Amino acid sequence: MPETGWTPDQPMISVKDVHKSFGTLEVLKGISLDVMKGECVCIIGPSGSGKSTFIRCINALNDIQSGSIKVEGQEVNDPNLNKLELRKKVGMVFQQYNLFPHKTAIQNIMMAPILVLKQDPAEVEEQARQLIRKVRLGGKEDSYPGELSGGQQQRVAIARSLAMRPDVMLFDEVTAALDPETVKEVLVTIRELAEEGMTCILVTHEMGFAREVANHIYFTDLGVIVEHGPPSTFFTEAKDPRTKEFLSQIL
Amino acid sequence: MRRTGKFAVPGVGGRPATDLPVLLPFDRARAAGPDPMSMSRWLASLPPWTPAAIAFVILIWPLTARAAYTYLDALGALWRWIPFITLHGFLFNILISFLAMAIGTCLGAVVGLGQISLKRNVRRITWFLTQLFRNSPWLVLLFIVLLALPFEVNIGGTIISIPGWIKAVLGLSLPIMANIAEIVRGAVQSVPTAQWEASESLAFSRRQTLWKIILPQCFKRMIPPWMNWYAILTMATPLVSLLGVEELITLSRQAMEGENNHPELLVPFYGYALLIFFAYCYPIARLTVWLERKFAVKL
Repeated sequence: MPETGWTPDQPMISVKDVHKSFGTLEVLKGISLDVMKGECVCIIGPSGSGKSTFIRCINALNDIQSGSIKVEGQEVNDPNLNKLELRKKVGMVFQQYNLFPHKTAIQNIMMAPILVLKQDPAEVEEQARQLIRKVRLGGKEDSYPGELSGGQQQRVAIARSLAMRPDVMLFDEVTAALDPETVKEVLVTIRELAEEGMTCILVTHEMGFAREVANHIYFTDLGVIVEHGPPSTFFTEAKDPRTKEFLSQIL
Repeated sequence: MRRTGKFAVPGVGGRPATDLPVLLPFDRARAAGPDPMSMSRWLASLPPWTPAAIAFVILIWPLTARAAYTYLDALGALWRWIPFITLHGFLFNILISFLAMAIGTCLGAVVGLGQISLKRNVRRITWFLTQLFRNSPWLVLLFIVLLALPFEVNIGGTIISIPGWIKAVLGLSLPIMANIAEIVRGAVQSVPTAQWEASESLAFSRRQTLWKIILPQCFKRMIPPWMNWYAILTMATPLVSLLGVEELITLSRQAMEGENNHPELLVPFYGYALLIFFAYCYPIARLTVWLERKFAVKL
């Protein structure tokens, strides 16, 4: 990773005027936001407003047409970007968990540290067992994803991502595919992470959770950030009519 | 387009009141594409007593009235020749099928992975190779290889001759290569792209993703169609008798000549060839169909 001159007092993630199109369809029309180290940021908004597309741009799963995304000072929109180095710092959890079905829970967690970071397998296993306990799945180490419930799979996916010791975690609607009872167990895990000081960016529909945990909330619609603010004021003092309408439907 | 007939409910009867494909009536015949394993499925669906039926037909074949040489004499001749044409002929067919399958599988894996390469030219070349060898008549490929390769090569003064059966193996391995390539490509593409994304987001390289995440997931799915092609290949090995390779059919013909070419010999000898190929391929087909059911995709 080239020296970027980034220091922790600067935004860990700095996004400026990002535009992204799929063919002729412009999905992101100038997104800008800053996330400081240790902050938890929630992005909310109606379906199709570009939330997921945006979050996937941060670890270069999607490329952008113009604008700038800096992760710890490293420009993501750079053709010479070392994507692997970027992704070691940026963990991601998906809506559909996407665990590797041919590996057990603990193998899912251990694979990347051993194969990508070339860490000592014995140490990785010790760390993986700790992570499994951390997400409250002690005893499920040797279960295959197909044997776990959705909520359990999602917590394994979180542990798998944490095993890379990322600096920032991206959560892409991680509870959207879960049934209401299991949503809570996943949210508890994420809240603990945020409270421990992990930098988190969540795309979510869980308003109650966003209100409780987020330091800052962004509302997107039609590819732009319509309104943002800390949760203390965001839910009560929304000014934009689109935000008001959205909140009135959700809350 | 709107119809108000008696059976105007889309998908139930009459003509559909819509052009939307999802609302069209379910057409069972067109719902599934051509079955890539039709050969194994057909073979495996035959009852295990099929060889007995074939043997029965061979045995009771109407006797042509010739005082000098009876059908019983022909069966006796077959009995004398069976050890020779089996051990020197059929086992050679098996050897050819093993070697052609081994070569075809190795090349096919490379060509199949080439079709999902990030390099456009690699994709194009491997696609072309696959289409060319999948869609050419096997016999034509065999003759091209036979005539295109020299019968001996001179490497640093030592002359190494290439026997015809080696060329036959190479010729048979070409269509196998192309079909295995399609199996590999199809299997890799059957894994959801979300698996690629999850792997990428964990900083796996493309190569690691392919070998550690994707291929282990679809390896089992490749085995049944791969075995299907092995059975097809084995049954195609008699083609090489046209190149003069001394396998089962060539030796059977020579044996019949040795028995003065009586027409009564045809049914017993070729019937025996049919029987022994069936006996070899039938268990493979049953195993293939069983494995296919066992490995049925569960996502």
